Amino acid sequence: MIRLLFLAAALCLTLPGPSHAQSLQNLLQTHADEVLKPGRRSVGVVLDDLVSSGLPQAVPFLEAWRDREIVQRDADGRFFRSADDTLFDLETGEVLGPAESDALTQSRPNGGVRRAIGDALVQFQLSDPDITKRRAAVDAIARSMDASQLTPLRMSIEAEPDTALKATKTRLAGMLAARFGKTPEARIDAIGGLAGDLSVDVRAVLNTILATTGDVAETLPDDVNLARLLQPGIDLTEAEAYRQLVANDLAPPPIPAHAIRAALSSNIVDGFVGGLAVHTLDTDENRMTAYRALAQAGEVPPLVTAQDQAAALASHVFYQAYDEPDIRITDAARAALDAIETRVAFSQAADLALDALSLASIYFLAAIGLAITFGVMGVINMAHGEFIMMGAYTGFVVQLFVPDYTLSILIALPLAFAVTFGAGVAMERLVIRHLYHRPLETLLATFGLSIALQQLAKNIFGTQARPLTSPGWLDGALVFNDVIAISYIRIAIFVLALIFLGVILYVLKRTRLGLEVRAVTQNPGMAASMGINPDRINMLTFGLGSGIAGIAGVAIGLYAKVTSEMGADYIVQSFMTVVVGGVGNVWGTLAGASLIGFLQKGIEWLNPSNTLAAQTYMILFIILFIQFRPKGIVALKGRAAAD
Amino acid sequence: MMNTLLEVSGVSVTFDGFRAINNLSIQFAEAELRAIIGPNGAGKTTFMDIVTGKTKPDEGRVIWGERNISLLGLSESDIAIQGIGRKFQKPTVFEAQTVRQNLAMALKNPRSPFAVLMHKRTQANAARIDAIAEQIGLLDSLTRIAGELSHGQKQWLEIGMLLAQEPRLLLIDEPAAGMTAEEREKTTDILREAARTRAVVVVEHDMEFVRRLGCKVTVLHEGAVLAEGSLDSVTANQKVIDVYLGREHA
Amino acid sequence: MRHSFIAQNPSVLWFLLALSLFTLGVTVLSEAAGVAVISTSFVKTLGKTLCLCLIAVAMDVVWGYCGILSLGHFAFFGLGGYAIGMWLMYARTEAIVLDALAQQPLPPTPQEVSDAIGNQIFGVVGSSEFPWIWAFADTLYLQLLMIVVIPGLLALVFGWLAFRSRVTGVYLSILTQAMTLALSLYLFQNDSGLRGNNGLSGLQNIPGYEDTSQAVISIVFLWASALALGAGYVFFAWVVSGKMGSVIKGIRDNEARVRFLGYRVESYKLFIFTITAIVSAIAGALYYPQAGIINPGEIAPIASIYLAVWVAIGGRGRLYGAVIGAAFVSLLSSWFTGGGAPAVPLGFYTIQWTDWWLVLLGLSFVAVTLFFPKGIGGLFDYLVRKP
Repeated sequence: MIRLLFLAAALCLTLPGPSHAQSLQNLLQTHADEVLKPGRRSVGVVLDDLVSSGLPQAVPFLEAWRDREIVQRDADGRFFRSADDTLFDLETGEVLGPAESDALTQSRPNGGVRRAIGDALVQFQLSDPDITKRRAAVDAIARSMDASQLTPLRMSIEAEPDTALKATKTRLAGMLAARFGKTPEARIDAIGGLAGDLSVDVRAVLNTILATTGDVAETLPDDVNLARLLQPGIDLTEAEAYRQLVANDLAPPPIPAHAIRAALSSNIVDGFVGGLAVHTLDTDENRMTAYRALAQAGEVPPLVTAQDQAAALASHVFYQAYDEPDIRITDAARAALDAIETRVAFSQAADLALDALSLASIYFLAAIGLAITFGVMGVINMAHGEFIMMGAYTGFVVQLFVPDYTLSILIALPLAFAVTFGAGVAMERLVIRHLYHRPLETLLATFGLSIALQQLAKNIFGTQARPLTSPGWLDGALVFNDVIAISYIRIAIFVLALIFLGVILYVLKRTRLGLEVRAVTQNPGMAASMGINPDRINMLTFGLGSGIAGIAGVAIGLYAKVTSEMGADYIVQSFMTVVVGGVGNVWGTLAGASLIGFLQKGIEWLNPSNTLAAQTYMILFIILFIQFRPKGIVALKGRAAAD
Repeated sequence: MMNTLLEVSGVSVTFDGFRAINNLSIQFAEAELRAIIGPNGAGKTTFMDIVTGKTKPDEGRVIWGERNISLLGLSESDIAIQGIGRKFQKPTVFEAQTVRQNLAMALKNPRSPFAVLMHKRTQANAARIDAIAEQIGLLDSLTRIAGELSHGQKQWLEIGMLLAQEPRLLLIDEPAAGMTAEEREKTTDILREAARTRAVVVVEHDMEFVRRLGCKVTVLHEGAVLAEGSLDSVTANQKVIDVYLGREHA
Repeated sequence: MRHSFIAQNPSVLWFLLALSLFTLGVTVLSEAAGVAVISTSFVKTLGKTLCLCLIAVAMDVVWGYCGILSLGHFAFFGLGGYAIGMWLMYARTEAIVLDALAQQPLPPTPQEVSDAIGNQIFGVVGSSEFPWIWAFADTLYLQLLMIVVIPGLLALVFGWLAFRSRVTGVYLSILTQAMTLALSLYLFQNDSGLRGNNGLSGLQNIPGYEDTSQAVISIVFLWASALALGAGYVFFAWVVSGKMGSVIKGIRDNEARVRFLGYRVESYKLFIFTITAIVSAIAGALYYPQAGIINPGEIAPIASIYLAVWVAIGGRGRLYGAVIGAAFVSLLSSWFTGGGAPAVPLGFYTIQWTDWWLVLLGLSFVAVTLFFPKGIGGLFDYLVRKP
């Protein structure tokens, strides 16, 4: 094979001019016998010539030849393609008329020849001047790896002009060599070369090499490449182990309960079976006794008791053996896979941390507005979730009018702030102002508003989810490797959370408003006597908290659906964030959001199948957490906190 | 000297870096009337918080009674059951309930939920309530809602509730605040009467009121005892004069 | 003493009288009595409303009297429903399965019976094995005990944790809400052992009374609910009228003062929280056989908040207020959402009450909180005091 290709390459170099001038038909005529009756040896010459000719029709011809569609016209010896009783010209591909099988002789390449043709085809595709065709060929090889592809792939690497594709080819050749290399040494070498690669396909290759088959025997055979021994009851269930014994004819099949019942039912004679009255057969014990009697009489196969089954299991050895017989190769693959998996585990941890970070950002955004109103005013706003929803719907409405997604988001963010700021101020003026110092009633009144707002949104926007589409440049994900990836939207939300943290800290610590807010938080009476109007501060604070909820709504709407119930989904988590973090402190909210975000992701990772359970356990954890830190992570101390 | 009832020694407590109580040591005898005075922020209220279990000190000991029980490990309610009653600065009575209900709740009786649930009115209890109401001058008001009482009456009701608890130590925070001269006189009488059979500790700003109590005085300053003795002797004390005058002239 | 309790609380007598008249009236007008002025389904609605009144009374004691705004009492209600539902479903399925197995030539073994019942009940969540929590489901009196024990224990443990760490006010409300959410999320899982979001169904069929018509069963449950409400009302009226009432109202108004009087506030809160949880569970156990089905959605936090809404609208701190609120709002709610209320044409828009009822409820709730903090019950003060 290699010789053949070298020859082809040599021909290509020495005879550039005339070979191009040749037509396909002429070339075939020179090898007419070999084309009509190709043999495993003789076909090489034809293929060499075809490859070196560089004719564009060579590929369709080879495909047709492989598929046994090439025919020779007996009259003039010319070759054609015949498919569906139609004759095609080889040079132009045009239809020549119906194929009359009497006047045609079909070329019937055998299996070996067809493989050789296939290799030549791969070689053609891998060296095709069109890069998309080369990529397609490489992808096709990657999809279904086969031993025969290794050599043509290797041959095509050196001449590959595209560096990226060259790297892909080299990598693919490495994987192929690991599976199909000629000698064990070559394969071990190739396996070693894979060790640093985290990608899924490399792991699949190694796993294929390490594929095992379960088997059972009376004693462990010497000639197997043992992966591990299995202990019935530990590594596999006893029932499963016994099934294997039965399947290998090493033990009699067990008689299941329904078979016993059926056997007894069909042997009832005059209300008796096996010497027992039918009405007594309502226990397993009596049924066994009756069945044994039937078995002794030879009516039914003998009972296989639990003791029999245990004895059979004990006298056999269950094991898994590698399909690959060479222990050196499996060891090398195992070592490489272990190394990769260790790195994958680290990468997964990093990926999980990124996920948790973005979840924490969302919780922070959702909760920070609540933390401000709760911390500064002692007011718990059950309608906070509905402000989030209001912000998201604002974004949706803006997108109805402004089709450009980037622009619409830029408009939606401040508009959502304005809308919810207004709603918050209105709510403070109309409701909350009258309920200061009655926190439980504030909770209920705001809850009433929450019901009303939610239903109102349902009446206006309907119950189905509305889309809030993110700009194109936020599509896709930042990919670090096959394991670590984070979508740009989540990064954007993270950045937004950071910006908010900065802005809120700035407003609270560096501005006059912040100073007054802190003064009112710590001592409203004193603040009032210093000329601060607590009414105004409360109104602005509530507006600010609500406005932030609106912006959080736009952010959340971008990656989740906008529904009238979306606020309710976040409200409990937001409260948890505030309570866990500690009231009245931005850093506390940050700590709370991080704790809850990381905790939720951590629990989901431990129990990935069940996000409901994750939330249950998280809430239980928070209830317990409050036992130890009733005032949250960042607790205010001193007399102010005691009251 | 009579037996020591309560001994506070070496107690310190810090709030956010501010030392509210600084190595405070103070003792009270079985039946005495004592006034604690001191400028704002001297730690008078914090001292009460520590004794009644509301605030846990960073260090120090609080020892109670003949059996030398440490109060630091006990909850507020356990300390109250031990026999320490406390009156807050603002009158805190249960305003939605009648004077009788207020007193009945305070009356010394088993405190467990089950005992309270099965509680039955008895002649003996009614007689005790009447006696206390008599003492605090609210016998005619027993069926009134406590919220309708005047400020002074509420103060007395609260003192009456303390007496109903039959404590061995009474801690009273500024009882005279907001009272008329007449009411003050009556309050003084109630307190002096109470101090015959138990220790009564009064925290007060009003020197005139303290003088009328005519008892031993302890001066607190910056969370520690500055001086102790009769009112005349402490007001003659140079350190005390510096603290009070120094503050006024600052 | 009993005598003086009734003498001091004439409203209890009035209440019992009204309840008896109501129950008798409904019975006389029901299908079971052959008159059929009130349909069987409406009798069930009324019976369910009585159960809601009972849990509202419990809620009023824990919130209106003791000051704990629990957003979790509907979880106890639901647990009571699940507890009775397990027996109802088990016993009924057992009867069906035994019938089916009796057709076979061999008498069934206990294992076969259990497998077949398990298959019937849990097939819908892809399982056939009985989870351990169904251990007592085959015995009525044990399962009746569970109605009290399970919610009681949950309330005891949760309350102990919450009260000992001195979580109060809105914090406590949020914490109880979280507990409710955790419970309902847990029950939504298929492997919770309670059929996930399918819940328990067919509860209106009472095992052993298959031949009795639903008309008669509905009246029996109406009476049972009325009896429970009456007993619960008298019990709680007794609890809150004595010294216990003084103490818990004291805790509501000034927790610290009660503590300095020497009462262990935590124990009292725990007592009230647990006893009201148990009564809620009993209410639930009577409610769900009339509803016929229970699923985790019933336990969702929103239900407990509605409970607070009822009590607030009816008037906190007075037991009859809770009853009025629960009956009034829940019946009104089913009238509006059931399409009973006529639509209001505004020319440019027609108000369909199925869509707008919640908006109305939410806003009127805000209005009640703002302008009538005493609720509907507060009107009685005017009636009683004016003349």
